[in-house]
Amino acid sequence: MLELIWLLPAFPLLGFLALVLTGGRLPMQIAGPIGAGSIGLSFAVAALVASEFLNSGLESFTYEAWVWMSVGGFNPGFTFYLDGLSMVMMLIITGVGFLIHLYATGYMSDDPSFARFFSYMNLFVSAMLMLVLGDNLVLLYLGWEGVGLCSYLLIGFWYTNPTNGYAARKAFVVTRVGDTSMAIGLFLLFAQLGTLNIQDMLHAAEMQWSVGSGFAVAASLLLLGGAVGKSAQLPLQTWLPDAMAGPTPISALIHAAPMVTAGVYLIARTHPLFEMAPSVQLLVALIGLVTLLLSGFTAMTQSDIKRILAYSTVSQIGYMFLGLGVGAWSAAIFHLMTHAFFKALLFLASGTVILSLHHEQNIFKMGGLRKALPVSFFSFLIGSLALTAFPFTSGYFSKDEILLGALELEGVGFWFWLGGVVGAFFTGIYTFRLFFIVFFGDSHAEHPPGKEVGGWHMNGPLILLMTLALAGGFIHVPLDDVFSHGEGYGEHHVSGLIHGIMIAVPLLGIAVSYLFFMSKTFSVDKLMASALAKKLHAFWFGGWGFDTLYNAVLVRPFLYLARVNRKDIVDSFYALVVTVSQAANGLIVKSQTGSLRWYALTVAGGLVVMVSLGATL
Amino acid sequence: MTFLFYLAGAIAIIATFAVIVQTNIVHALLYLILSLLAVAVIFYVLGAPFAAVLEAIVYAGAILVLFLFVIMMLNLGQHTRDQEKGWLTGRMFLAPGLMSALLLGQLLNVLSQVDQNMAVTRVGVMEVSALLFGPYVLAVELASILLLAGLVSAYHLAKR
Amino acid sequence: METIPVEHGFVLAGILFCLGLIGVLTRRNVVFVLMSLEIMLNASGLAFIVAAARWGHAEGQVMFLMILTLAAAEVAVGLGLIIQMFRRFQTVDINVLSEMKG
Repeated sequence: MLELIWLLPAFPLLGFLALVLTGGRLPMQIAGPIGAGSIGLSFAVAALVASEFLNSGLESFTYEAWVWMSVGGFNPGFTFYLDGLSMVMMLIITGVGFLIHLYATGYMSDDPSFARFFSYMNLFVSAMLMLVLGDNLVLLYLGWEGVGLCSYLLIGFWYTNPTNGYAARKAFVVTRVGDTSMAIGLFLLFAQLGTLNIQDMLHAAEMQWSVGSGFAVAASLLLLGGAVGKSAQLPLQTWLPDAMAGPTPISALIHAAPMVTAGVYLIARTHPLFEMAPSVQLLVALIGLVTLLLSGFTAMTQSDIKRILAYSTVSQIGYMFLGLGVGAWSAAIFHLMTHAFFKALLFLASGTVILSLHHEQNIFKMGGLRKALPVSFFSFLIGSLALTAFPFTSGYFSKDEILLGALELEGVGFWFWLGGVVGAFFTGIYTFRLFFIVFFGDSHAEHPPGKEVGGWHMNGPLILLMTLALAGGFIHVPLDDVFSHGEGYGEHHVSGLIHGIMIAVPLLGIAVSYLFFMSKTFSVDKLMASALAKKLHAFWFGGWGFDTLYNAVLVRPFLYLARVNRKDIVDSFYALVVTVSQAANGLIVKSQTGSLRWYALTVAGGLVVMVSLGATL
Repeated sequence: MTFLFYLAGAIAIIATFAVIVQTNIVHALLYLILSLLAVAVIFYVLGAPFAAVLEAIVYAGAILVLFLFVIMMLNLGQHTRDQEKGWLTGRMFLAPGLMSALLLGQLLNVLSQVDQNMAVTRVGVMEVSALLFGPYVLAVELASILLLAGLVSAYHLAKR
Repeated sequence: METIPVEHGFVLAGILFCLGLIGVLTRRNVVFVLMSLEIMLNASGLAFIVAAARWGHAEGQVMFLMILTLAAAEVAVGLGLIIQMFRRFQTVDINVLSEMKG
């Protein structure tokens, strides 16, 4: 049964091929079942394989489909590696992915490019499965780049609007920075350790390198660069908010199921490497902390419903990085899973809201939608509660694990914990700001909401995800074998005060939000009256000026250089070759006079030379 | 015989020189015949009577008669002579003369390294014929094919 | 009587060859060019005959016969070309044939 694991990426790939080879011309009634069904089959196989794997009691399982290439001692294969970590990942990807696909069959039903949409989605899922199941870094990299390509295609899905194309290019270019760093990391690992098989490589690293050695630091730093790019962490976080240009199910797929968490997976997968470079690991935690705080501030100022959710994703992945950085590996993966549930729920629910309001995304033009859109309302309520870590929702357990893990760290651990708690406070504010503004108060809609769009294939996934977002915290993630020296659950011994604070702070955030946006006890307008507040608002609204900074530091100088170098300095060397050959040609052409006597004279001259040579030699 | 060799050689050189500076084409042709006959004499002196006879018959006879026919066909009269006079200036000879003098000097230089005063060996008709119809029979056949090809192509080229 | 210095025969052949070369290079009348070519060919034939006499081999004379044949064929073709040229250009000036100018 375990051998069936190769079917996991194969089904979505087949779906992709079927949709692509028919030129995207399949009618919706066929393309929908192919697109969603292939992921469904994949999920069924994943569930089978997972249950078999758990029953077998194996620590890990490797299945080699075929050898990809064999060059010298380097022979990466299409080899799938199954252990607790990849099992959790594949279940999240296929499970949540299937629900999103199912939802998308309803959401996209009036789009003319329906089949094209599903072909990209299937390729996306296939690449992501390749990424998490690959047993060597080359296969992982193939999936990694496949995911990047698909995100580009999907963000720019409505390509007739230039803004979308721009957003897609931005996502592609920014993640490319990280990917390049990762590729260099792979070269370094292969050059030093002679293998790219992940398990062999990690063993070899532990054998050859000492803790904190230069190579370990460099390799983990380069891999971190890749992870930061893909997971939209500081300083490469700027692409994710713009990636909202695609259809909403894409946003759900990018944020929740697979893509942005790929960086988290990469670090978790190569965690022994990071443990050998404590300074880099600390850097991971620091990046996570700073990112989660910065994006928390930004999320409070946004007005686009999907942008708020996007910044909240950046913030939540910041938590995961924080967890990875402090060594709470399983807590980070646990949070990855619960985040997948509630973020998919939130995005899909926002999709329903947007579609019901005829593609309105500004939250200040919504309001009072509680009655009109009951399914979205409940979805948002549960998703928001989980996101703010309301007690006994899924987000509560996972965020708790991360924060307690941070607290266990010697020295700076307390500050990490404090930062995380402050972040949780902001999470409460911005999440419920969105919730209160959209679903309560007076309606500001330009078009009064019609009937809530839906149907079983849109509402079904929402209901399932609601259940998961509520109860997902009780799922036991079997990661003890993977992270051998990680800590288990419920083994933290901390005072009740700490627990009390961690429960109270998100509630405090919700309360603040309530006072501002629900009861209007405090007025936002009053707060915004001062000039400083206005400036801060503008600054945070622009995402801490990162886009402006990159524009000024990177984009403008590059464009300037491109303009200066319009004639291409490097090309002039080749132009010189052309000029010289043309000049030589001109000279030789002059010798071709067409006159017979001239030719005879040159022949005689040649004769003279030959005879003199023959006489002297 | 030695005297005859030098005499014929001198005639050959003078006649050849006359050919290349002559403006009247028929005169030039006659000088060429003279030159070729002088060379035939030299062949005879050098003990190659068969070659001498062929030189007289084929070269001085057949080939030059061919030239004569063509000159008659082209009807190159007085105006050609005037034209030749215009073309043949002293400057024309400068570069070719220099080049040829250089070549001749080199040839003489090479020849000076050869042994001096070797006796002439007579090679009779019999020996030549034995070679022609023995080991070189294929070359003779090829030569005849070459002549045939020359005949056909000359006919084709001269055709209107 | 048999004391002819053979190298003088070679010298004569060389002189005749160079005179022919001068003719080829100097004359503009294509008939003269062809005649000068004949002189050059004849000079090389003479060299072969001298060599045959010098070493007492019949091969030199065989070679001369080959040259003779070649000269005959060449003259036939060359004269055919001259006739064709005269028909087309109404002149025997070699300089008009410069269509191959680069």
